[in-house]
Amino acid sequence: MIVEFISRAILLSIPLLFGAVGEILTEKSGHLNLGIPGIMYGGAIGGVIGAFLYENACGNVAENMNPFLAILIPLLSSMIFSMLMGLIYSFMTVTLRANQNVTGLALTTFGIGLGNFFGGSLTKLVQSDLPSIALTKTSRFFKAELPFAKDLGWFGEIFLSHDFLAYSAILIAVLASIFLTKTRVGLNLRAVGENPATADAAGINVTAYKYAGTIIGSAIAGLGGLQYVMAYADGVWSNNAFGDRGWMAIALVIFALWKPSMAILGSFLFGALCNANNYLKGLGTETQELFKMLPYIVTLIVLIITSMRKKREHQPPESLGLPYFREER
Amino acid sequence: MSQKIKKHHEPLIHIVKRDDLLGWQAWGIRLAAIAVGVLLIGVISSLLTGENFFKVYDIMFSGVFGRIFEGKTSMLWKYLQDTAILLCLGLAVAPAFKMKFWNCGAEGQALVGGLAAMFCMITFGGKISEFLLVPIVIAASILAGAIWGVIPAIFKAKWNTNETLFTLMMNYMATQLIAYYVYIVGGGSNVITPVSTGALPVIGNLQYLLNVLIVAALTVAMYVFLRYSKQGYEIAVVGESQNTARYIGINVKKVFLRTMMLSGAVCGVAGMLLVAGTDHSINTNTVGGQGFTAIMVAWLGKFNPFVMALMSGLIIFLRTGAAKVADSNFLNSSFADISVGIVILLLVGCEFFVQYSVRLRRAKKEVEA
Amino acid sequence: MANQAAIELKNITKTFGSVVANKNVNLVANRGEILSILGENGSGKTTLMNMISGIYFPDEGEIFIDGEPAVIASPKDAFDYKIGMIHQHFKLVDVFSATENIILGLEEQGRYNLKAAEGRISAICEQYGFELDPKKKIYTMAVSEKQTVEIIKVLYRGADILILDEPTAVLTPQETQKLFAVLRRMRDDGKCIIIITHKLHEVLSLSDRVAVLRKGEYIGTVETAKTSETELTEMMVGKKISLNIERSEPKDPQVRLEVHHVNCSNREGALVLDDVSFHVNAGEILGIAGIAGSGQRELLEVIAGLQKSDSGAVLYHNPKTGNVDNLQNKTPLQIRELGVRLSFVPEDRLGMGLVGNMDITDNMMLRSYRRGKSAFLERKAPKDLAEKIIEDLEVVTPGTTTPVRRLSGGNVQKVLVGREIAASPTVLMAAYPVRGLDINSSYTIYNLLNEQKEKGVAVVFVGEDLDVLLELCDRILVIGGGKVTGIVDGRTATKEQVGLLMTKTEGGKQE
Repeated sequence: MIVEFISRAILLSIPLLFGAVGEILTEKSGHLNLGIPGIMYGGAIGGVIGAFLYENACGNVAENMNPFLAILIPLLSSMIFSMLMGLIYSFMTVTLRANQNVTGLALTTFGIGLGNFFGGSLTKLVQSDLPSIALTKTSRFFKAELPFAKDLGWFGEIFLSHDFLAYSAILIAVLASIFLTKTRVGLNLRAVGENPATADAAGINVTAYKYAGTIIGSAIAGLGGLQYVMAYADGVWSNNAFGDRGWMAIALVIFALWKPSMAILGSFLFGALCNANNYLKGLGTETQELFKMLPYIVTLIVLIITSMRKKREHQPPESLGLPYFREER
Repeated sequence: MSQKIKKHHEPLIHIVKRDDLLGWQAWGIRLAAIAVGVLLIGVISSLLTGENFFKVYDIMFSGVFGRIFEGKTSMLWKYLQDTAILLCLGLAVAPAFKMKFWNCGAEGQALVGGLAAMFCMITFGGKISEFLLVPIVIAASILAGAIWGVIPAIFKAKWNTNETLFTLMMNYMATQLIAYYVYIVGGGSNVITPVSTGALPVIGNLQYLLNVLIVAALTVAMYVFLRYSKQGYEIAVVGESQNTARYIGINVKKVFLRTMMLSGAVCGVAGMLLVAGTDHSINTNTVGGQGFTAIMVAWLGKFNPFVMALMSGLIIFLRTGAAKVADSNFLNSSFADISVGIVILLLVGCEFFVQYSVRLRRAKKEVEA
Repeated sequence: MANQAAIELKNITKTFGSVVANKNVNLVANRGEILSILGENGSGKTTLMNMISGIYFPDEGEIFIDGEPAVIASPKDAFDYKIGMIHQHFKLVDVFSATENIILGLEEQGRYNLKAAEGRISAICEQYGFELDPKKKIYTMAVSEKQTVEIIKVLYRGADILILDEPTAVLTPQETQKLFAVLRRMRDDGKCIIIITHKLHEVLSLSDRVAVLRKGEYIGTVETAKTSETELTEMMVGKKISLNIERSEPKDPQVRLEVHHVNCSNREGALVLDDVSFHVNAGEILGIAGIAGSGQRELLEVIAGLQKSDSGAVLYHNPKTGNVDNLQNKTPLQIRELGVRLSFVPEDRLGMGLVGNMDITDNMMLRSYRRGKSAFLERKAPKDLAEKIIEDLEVVTPGTTTPVRRLSGGNVQKVLVGREIAASPTVLMAAYPVRGLDINSSYTIYNLLNEQKEKGVAVVFVGEDLDVLLELCDRILVIGGGKVTGIVDGRTATKEQVGLLMTKTEGGKQE
């Protein structure tokens, strides 16, 4: 049971990890993107649409589907959706210098609407009896696990039984961590988020970095939505099922103190906390609901402690949420 | 190196802050943004549905207001109710935002307000007189909202803890609190059967009239508070410049705490209106994300309660209308959220043209060379 | 190498709105020399240098680098021309290490390698004699270390034209000497070094040539060896101009405000007010002269209760009760509750004294809105006051409902001074009240201050124009580096005398 619990916690943690790593990259450029929940919906529905079109093109027969295309098409369409939304956000907040909170919230409204709209429309289109659309064929390609995972007992189930996107999430988090701490471009990006005037004076193209940070961050966050639909939910999209995972991803960013490597651990902890209630037999259903509060309480405590300790490395990027205008005197 | 240098040009587009724009010009820009948004919605829906472009607006209008000209007002009342609730939440966040305290926690503050109301209605219902219970319900929800609102302010005042993130987290704690309560009361059915004890009275047979009246009164009160009261004035000064506030001896921390208490309290009222005044029940979706929409209402309405009322009216109109368009054409009703999102994004974006003007620099270098 | 023009400016003009920051400036800086740019506050030194380093773009005129015309539209362009500027306010990312800050924004060939960069930084340190731990985080550094990082940053980029904006303002005398040694070594290395300063003794001890700016205009360049402190002072402050400001004899002067041995340090812990003592009489104007940032702002803020002081006393002699109250470390509200009628016209008019987005009436209320027990505002009196000020001081505005940020600088100041005077103060402090104002508005302000003086108000006037100070004030207190360097009689003192006191910083410690 412990094995199942851990395995499940990992599965639950992956969308959060994608979302958090995407948001970290965005926040490192100085933008608090509250549109991430919407963007994750966008990424999810983008994948659903891609998969739906490809399944239909193959006559809904699994044998006709090319495994490579079955993954690539949803992946690309997911990224196109989320990157477009990231583009809207960065155009509004960087070029038009609109208020970041309001833009983000509007984008979340828009994104959730977009997801449910297309989701609902596709559901109607296939005239399903259930209020959902099932892309189980595509999902199977996404969930293909290593052939020898089953033979390795608990080790296999915990470490090897996951879908490739789960491994990608961890890989992306590790890469993002390396990118931020060990590369020149990462250094520049962090400088933009900390102090854009300094970055500007150092000859860094602040606008380009802000756009890139936001759009790439959005693409990564969108993959979280995709992974949720294709792997966690077995290819079944139902409206609003993604829930508030996007907000939890934002919480995770704080919890991880803006470090992608910490986000890996944090996401697992969040996944475990979300999941623990199902495995604690002694708990009544009502207490389980209280249990779900834990990730947020833990995040709040982290937020409070870091603001009390004022350790500079653990603070949000210094110019987070502030627009940058060079000629402001 | 000399080759590299030739690539340098004078910047051609030059963005400057402007402050010469008159009030009516600014509102002209905003109205234009709304118009573009509404047109866009029309175009998108007629493209998606094949419906006649003008028919779309007809459906929207009649979908929102119903057959109002035939004396049937039930849809109009529903519209007013929805607008009132959204506006009430907007009124709540307006003082906080005016103070530049980013209270993204209206959702949670309203939920705990509603929860307090529900709790009193269920716990004391039938045990004490209705005349006593209704005020208790009201007071409890105001108090609960105020407490939920003041917590982030305490941390902000003391340790400068980021209030945006703090209030966001508080929302989900409130949601889970309600899920917990619903399980306890609902006994696993996940639903609380509507309770009538402690509910707000209904005037005549107009179910929503009292709610609308309360919010209308609140709107006027908030306008007066922000515009004519000393505390409202202090909020404006703190929001504009904390330096000036210090200069004239305002205790900024105290203003933070006081204002967030107010903000939370009004959210509590909104929650109370939803629970005691409308649903007589509660679930995690009672506020339905309107706490976030309310932030946009306050922002777009420039913290002027009357303009905010118009903005709420607009948003609810778009939401209901677009949903009706979607319904009548077998589109998904989430088309409504998309429509609202489009208009808000346009409105937020158009502020750029209110605040900045784009100028082309004279290309004098070429002339000289 | 020497005497080869590295950079040449021709007819550079830059305006900000209606303010002319630089007008027809011509300047040459050679390789292998240290050129000082000398000028008072607001003489346009920093603006000029910002145009060379790509922060601003000149409205008119041309820049030549090594004899060729150059367009410097961004800091990146400046790097390409090997120009590096060390700003007065450091442009560093606090949470980064020294090395990270130094290599920030560089497009070096090869792999990103902090170790290698650290090696190169150490080499530069060794070459010129800097001391720096490349791994240290900026926020743990002292100011002088941060400056070192800034200098190494531009050297690392291969800059051979270095501009330093008041580099010694934040340094102790020992650190200054070290810096100068480094700068001389760089000069000998063939670099062109431009240093912005207003400290005469530094100019004389360090530079090869001195260019002087006054009020945005280029006055001239002299060779340091062939000039003297007096000549430079004269070039910097100009000939005495008669302004015909009225000045009456103080009537019945009584001590109103006493400042005793006040010490005050800033957030970084550096002493910004060092044992300051003086008194102000009722019915006189006390001028405060000094280079910007010598502690004037902190001094006024300590008196007004906006800044905490470490020690000392601020004694107020209440004319009504005859009591003497200590105002030290009281809040503005507490000071008012003591019955002290203290008015303060701060330097930052729209950021502190007024709220730019509020209209004139609401700005009038800033001082008076608390009056009365009602929870609501009373707008009648402030509106009347606004109308009175508009009429009396001839404020040009469409009406009382116009946001003050829409007004021109002079009108903004009239609104602010008008409001502060309307509170019928017993002490009136004004920081740079005529900065950026045209002649007529300036005279309006002088007259208002004189009126207050004649009413028996103790007036403190912080100014930058020595001509004005000398004609308006009864006594002039000169402040330098947070210390009082002298108090002179406004009627008998000469411009040179005050100028020298201003530049005499840390005279005792200078050996």
